[in-house]
Amino acid sequence: MSRNIKNEMKIEFLSKSANEAFARISVAAFASQLDPTIEEIADIKTSVSEAVTNSIIHAYPNKDGIVKIRAILLEDEIEIEVSDTGEGIENIEEAREPLFTTKGNLERSGMGFTIMENFMDKLKVESIVGLGTKVTMNKKIKNKNLQNTY
Amino acid sequence: MLLFEITEELDHHSVEKIRKRADYEIQRFMPKKVIFDFKKVSFMDSAGIGLIIGRYKVANLYEGDVELINVKENIKKIFEMSGILKIIKIVDDLNSEATG
Repeated sequence: MSRNIKNEMKIEFLSKSANEAFARISVAAFASQLDPTIEEIADIKTSVSEAVTNSIIHAYPNKDGIVKIRAILLEDEIEIEVSDTGEGIENIEEAREPLFTTKGNLERSGMGFTIMENFMDKLKVESIVGLGTKVTMNKKIKNKNLQNTY
Repeated sequence: MLLFEITEELDHHSVEKIRKRADYEIQRFMPKKVIFDFKKVSFMDSAGIGLIIGRYKVANLYEGDVELINVKENIKKIFEMSGILKIIKIVDDLNSEATG
């Protein structure tokens, strides 16, 4: 089944925490083409922030690396990929458990994946230790104008 | 009572500075109640949960409590998800507080 991609964007940046805001604001601006509600935009911003922060903290704990984001717009849906070429996740299932964290000393709450799961419609996590991690998230945008347009 | 007004988006980048400042003041005044005003906070991710739990632990060393005021709906949703509202109260209006 081929997908009807309406638009696509890619950004990449160094894994510096100052880029967390840049990343979520960029994706939110791109997503706004689908005319999302304020709540949908808030959900997307939070989820992107979680995924990017994970890469910054866990993928590249002692050095700077590259974090990539690719987002595509489908008919009524946005798909966002956040990827890194960092350390990778040993046990994905465990990492996705609510409150699980390996960085409790940094006051990390262990809620990152739980928030992504709750705020997006679909979440896929792929990781290979030593090679990196890719998180793919999808969210349906309920276009509020669609019913009235035709 | 010690009141902190947070004026920026809460993420992993911004919490560090707030954490240091808050801990310094809590240890200095040892208040019975620490209040974080979220009126100017439009965005928060899970770093905010860690920040508030961490300050609760510090305040607790001096038998203090933590409360949050003026929390927007999208942010309340994140706190609810984390379960921390069992120990940290969200108060709608500071004026309803009796004493500090």
